[in-house]
Amino acid sequence: MIDQDFTNSLLAKHDYLSKISHADCLTLSCLPADWVDFAKFLNQEEAFELLVDLTAIDQGDTADIRFEVVAHFYSRIHHDYLRVHIDCLDNESPEVDSIASIYPAADWHEREAFDMFGIIFTGHPNLKRILMWDEYPYHPLRKEFPLAGIDTPLPAADVVEATGASVEPAPMMGGPFVSPGSGPMSDAEPRAKDESWTEQIEKPV
Amino acid sequence: MSTTTKEISIGDVAARQAAGMSQIEGEERMALNVGPSHPTTHGVLRLIMELNGDMIEKCEPVLGYLHRGDEKIAENMTYNQFVPYTDRLDYLAPLANNVAYAISVEKLANLDIPERCQAIRVLVCELARISSHLLGMGVFGMDAGAWTPFMYTFTEREKLYTLFEELTGARFTTSYTRIGGVARDVPDGWLDRVTKFCDQLPKAIDEVEKLLTRNRIFIDRTEGIGEISKEDALAYGLTGPNLRASGIDLDLRKDKPYSGYEKYDFDVPIGTRGDCYDRYLIRIEEVRQSIRIVNQVIQNFPSGAWYAEDAKKIFAPPKDKIMNNMEELIQNFMIVTEGPQIPSGEVYFEAENPKGALGFYIVSRGGGVPYRLKIRAPSFCNLSILEKLVPSHLLSDITVILGSLDFVMGECDR
Repeated sequence: MIDQDFTNSLLAKHDYLSKISHADCLTLSCLPADWVDFAKFLNQEEAFELLVDLTAIDQGDTADIRFEVVAHFYSRIHHDYLRVHIDCLDNESPEVDSIASIYPAADWHEREAFDMFGIIFTGHPNLKRILMWDEYPYHPLRKEFPLAGIDTPLPAADVVEATGASVEPAPMMGGPFVSPGSGPMSDAEPRAKDESWTEQIEKPV
Repeated sequence: MSTTTKEISIGDVAARQAAGMSQIEGEERMALNVGPSHPTTHGVLRLIMELNGDMIEKCEPVLGYLHRGDEKIAENMTYNQFVPYTDRLDYLAPLANNVAYAISVEKLANLDIPERCQAIRVLVCELARISSHLLGMGVFGMDAGAWTPFMYTFTEREKLYTLFEELTGARFTTSYTRIGGVARDVPDGWLDRVTKFCDQLPKAIDEVEKLLTRNRIFIDRTEGIGEISKEDALAYGLTGPNLRASGIDLDLRKDKPYSGYEKYDFDVPIGTRGDCYDRYLIRIEEVRQSIRIVNQVIQNFPSGAWYAEDAKKIFAPPKDKIMNNMEELIQNFMIVTEGPQIPSGEVYFEAENPKGALGFYIVSRGGGVPYRLKIRAPSFCNLSILEKLVPSHLLSDITVILGSLDFVMGECDR
């Protein structure tokens, strides 16, 4: 377990860090400018050898800081995780330095965060989409992206030319996807609320 | 080795660029595309490789063919509704995924789980590990050209699935856990049948070992192939048997015990070279250790409740009470419609799954729906080493390397 002494010494050594909580594991906030230095320090001096996870959170477009990158490290000496939050200062074009050169494991995690949230990791050796196809125009885990998806052209140009087909949004009605991201499910049952669109009446475009 | 790979025609500019092939003229290079639909890739992994003769000089994995947006889906449904989606991550060990997910949410909700429930969870996790490794070993043998071991391991796995069906009602997609407990208690006589299964399993493992472990062809094909050094294994975030085969003694069941694993006595096998052969040996030994754990769980099977009794707003009340009491009926209605009420906060939990450490990072803003749920898939991290591992191997080694890494694309692509 990471104890209080370790936390204090860490905070004393690095003035760009601040402690957020210690609920399930030590959670720190790191200034974006010092993120790479801190990762280097964790890797080389503190034996947090494993970068187990790196992802992002979209706090919604009303938040002051919309995008946060969250990294989890594991230390085999402390037998504990360390969580680091890094704020992306620009809400429009979020950017964070890449740590892929320090932790090769970050390579794919950063690509995924770029794919899903559109966060640019500066200095990443090969920053391109990993789960969606290269030509995909959206970042699906952003909060404004609808659950059903958005009508999107198929990546295969020849197929599109021949058939005019595209990737269509999933039908909401009758599926499990009937609740908004917030609020109770009872507010969102479309069969009860939305009379304009039923099995008999076609979905309005 | 299967030969259904497809050579990319010279005019396939996009594929050549994707493989990073700038110069073609005058060089003896070939771009080879394996997958996404290819028996070697155990799912829908696609590899774009640059070959010099039979030697692979460059390998680029392409993922996402099985991407279903599980994380987006999770943000839009209540905690219990997401349990069936966890089945479909590592679909060779759905019970272990169920348990990992349930424990993550329970950590966020600060729930105390009764001993009996913990024991049931350890039991199903280990059975899931056995079933996953049985398949992993079987198909690994098949990848290396040995068909027969697969027949032995598949027969045993079939028996396990019968046991799973008895316990959960489903063979594959078990959806067994709920936030705060499990869906139902173990049926009468089920534990005896598990013991019976565990008693005859070592014999079947011995048979597999007789066919593979000292098999000259198998050793020739796997020993020294796909060696991962300790440093690389850690740097690329490998976990599970793949990490331990490289000689790193990291097993979350020992390192950071959860669900009462500290009560059981078992060994963690580690490898020395980190090659394909080591990864096979580790899995064999892990099955034996899992049998040990299962036997210990059954010997000291606790009595009492199998769900968090005092978690009124989280675990649905027993069925007979819902049917007969007004208050329990209302409570059940609230849990089903609004979801279990989880306090706001964030949690990261990793469980030692058959494929490696399956992590859930959950951010809650209160209520019954997670604000953000990130799945840290072990197969995703384990595959990220391919780019470094595969070059300087022969094309025929690809089958063996992929088989030994034992990944599942359902979990990798999410």
